[in-house]
Amino acid sequence: MAGALSSLAFGSVGGSAFERRAATRDPAWVKWLILGLSLSFFAIFILLPLIAVFVEALRKGWGTYITALSEPDALAAVRLTLIAAAIAVPLNLIFGVSAAWAIAKYQFRGKNALTTLIDLPFSVSPVVAGLVFVLVFGAQGWFGSWLGDHNIRIIFAVPGIVLATIFVTFPFVARELIPLMESQGREEEEAAIVLGASGLQTFWRVTLPNIKWGLLYGVILCNARAMGEFGAVSVVSGHIRGQTNTLPLHVEIVYNEYNFAAAFAVASLLALLALFTLILKTIIEVRAASQVAKA
Amino acid sequence: MSIAVKNIEKSFGSFRALDNVSLEFPTGKLVALLGPSGCGKTTLLRIIAGLEFADGGQVMLDGENASDRNVRERQVGFVFQHYALFRHMTVFENVAFGLRVRKRRDRRPEADIRKRVNELLELVQLAWLRDHVPAQLSGGQRQRIALARALAVDPRVLLLDEPFGALDAKVRKELRRWLRKLHEDLHISSIFVTHDQEEAMEVADEIVVMNQGRVEQIGKPADVYDRPATPFVYGFLGAANVFEGQVEGSDLRVGEDLLPLGGKEAPDGATFKAFSRPHEIEIEPDSRDSLGVKARINRILNVGGMARVELSGTQGRNGSTATHLYEVELPREQLGTMSLEEGQIVRLHAPRLALFPSAPPGTVQ
Repeated sequence: MAGALSSLAFGSVGGSAFERRAATRDPAWVKWLILGLSLSFFAIFILLPLIAVFVEALRKGWGTYITALSEPDALAAVRLTLIAAAIAVPLNLIFGVSAAWAIAKYQFRGKNALTTLIDLPFSVSPVVAGLVFVLVFGAQGWFGSWLGDHNIRIIFAVPGIVLATIFVTFPFVARELIPLMESQGREEEEAAIVLGASGLQTFWRVTLPNIKWGLLYGVILCNARAMGEFGAVSVVSGHIRGQTNTLPLHVEIVYNEYNFAAAFAVASLLALLALFTLILKTIIEVRAASQVAKA
Repeated sequence: MSIAVKNIEKSFGSFRALDNVSLEFPTGKLVALLGPSGCGKTTLLRIIAGLEFADGGQVMLDGENASDRNVRERQVGFVFQHYALFRHMTVFENVAFGLRVRKRRDRRPEADIRKRVNELLELVQLAWLRDHVPAQLSGGQRQRIALARALAVDPRVLLLDEPFGALDAKVRKELRRWLRKLHEDLHISSIFVTHDQEEAMEVADEIVVMNQGRVEQIGKPADVYDRPATPFVYGFLGAANVFEGQVEGSDLRVGEDLLPLGGKEAPDGATFKAFSRPHEIEIEPDSRDSLGVKARINRILNVGGMARVELSGTQGRNGSTATHLYEVELPREQLGTMSLEEGQIVRLHAPRLALFPSAPPGTVQ
């Protein structure tokens, strides 16, 4: 999307020096073909669905839209989604920072294995992730009987949803920070320690300010995924209305009941979240870039 | 403060970075650790600072064993090759950092901190940059700020790791003069690491030459330069011409040629490597002369105060000959009177030779 937009901007401004010079210019038909291709892809696969969501959501008017969002089950889904994100994001923030710190600043055995394993939640299907939790914590699972005896419910309950969400959003913060911290090296921290700073002072005064934009970026992506996750959560949820449905699961249930307007109304919430995330992400990128330019 | 290291050992995997190094650094002096990259000099400096730990041996600060003492408590000032300034802080805050992170009971009031930082910025002559961030500074300015930051905590010893290594030649020259002057004003015991022999000569009171994890020689710059203890030191401190051969009477047999030893006593038949600096070599244009090492002029560079002549010759006998390159420096006026030409065969004489015993040709070294 960004690529398509920037090529659009290029076209209207009149092109770069590279494009203006006859010697290096592509034939006009090549340019328009590539531009047309990318723009039509963008329109068909991204813009059209996005518009469709809002059009369908409002087809029966604002009244239906508001009702769909304010019915108790929908509100419960919003609440559960917020709870899952509120637990998963801070935990992954702590994990991400410590993992990135360990990988970027220390030498240890198994470092490569850890770096690779952090990506596991990205490479494995979310359904598998959900099933793993069912197998471990479910009624027939490894700890199932023990949990049953102690009256603890994980699968088909909120804890399972939180666990699945943590699992799938695990890599975001760490992935964002590892290359950043590796490129910054250890010298500033060493300088701080030689000057007498404690470990905590070094972290707050030197490390954190250096990684704050990357960290914020990772947290936002992590949050977007935590709220939008469907597959893994679907497996462990059990789809109990008003109790274990997150927003994406609620959309599916309502849709399957042929209540299209309500389904799209709830879906529009998620779409808005996505747009909001993108805007925030862009702002952060601009701020970070201007700070780098200033620095 | 007096600094000493005793029997320091350090390995990285199978690589021996430091091999039983013992040194004493005189109080109040500026000492250079000089050596090629990978010789262990930076590792030694980091061990003294406490940023790296030795596998064996001791670091003595003021006669006390500080090997297990935390970096924070060693009160050293460390200046990094790539400055390591805190990129998100202003110059002022960078210098103030060491004063601000002190424990509350040791921390000075804000007004004192400001006063001290301003003094230090005056000292490094960069007070006008106080509100800039490091990225807006040139390399030389950054290193001066890094030095001010290190001095802010009143270090008992100042350690500088290739402080001018990342700067261009002109700035480097300015800064090392400036560092020398600063040291004369402050007299903090300082150790600085460099691979640039010219820099070490110019700045240091004393030079420690290191190679492959060991100390080769310690001494004042002039002593080390004039009386190198090992072939390595000779070669590292400046350009060197090497003649290898066996002693025959008062001469050295180099290949087919005889090189007069210039009065130096050496046992007959022993194998030596003889070293001579480019400006110490004399060219005899007449190749029919019976003494001197034969060489062919490859190139004459007649630029600057001194002219440089590059030559090549063969050394060794009985089939095991190898081409050797020589370099001779002489005043331009002298070159003008000699009418040398490229391609000409001449003989080389070396009145000042430094002799080091070497294994006879053919044996494995």
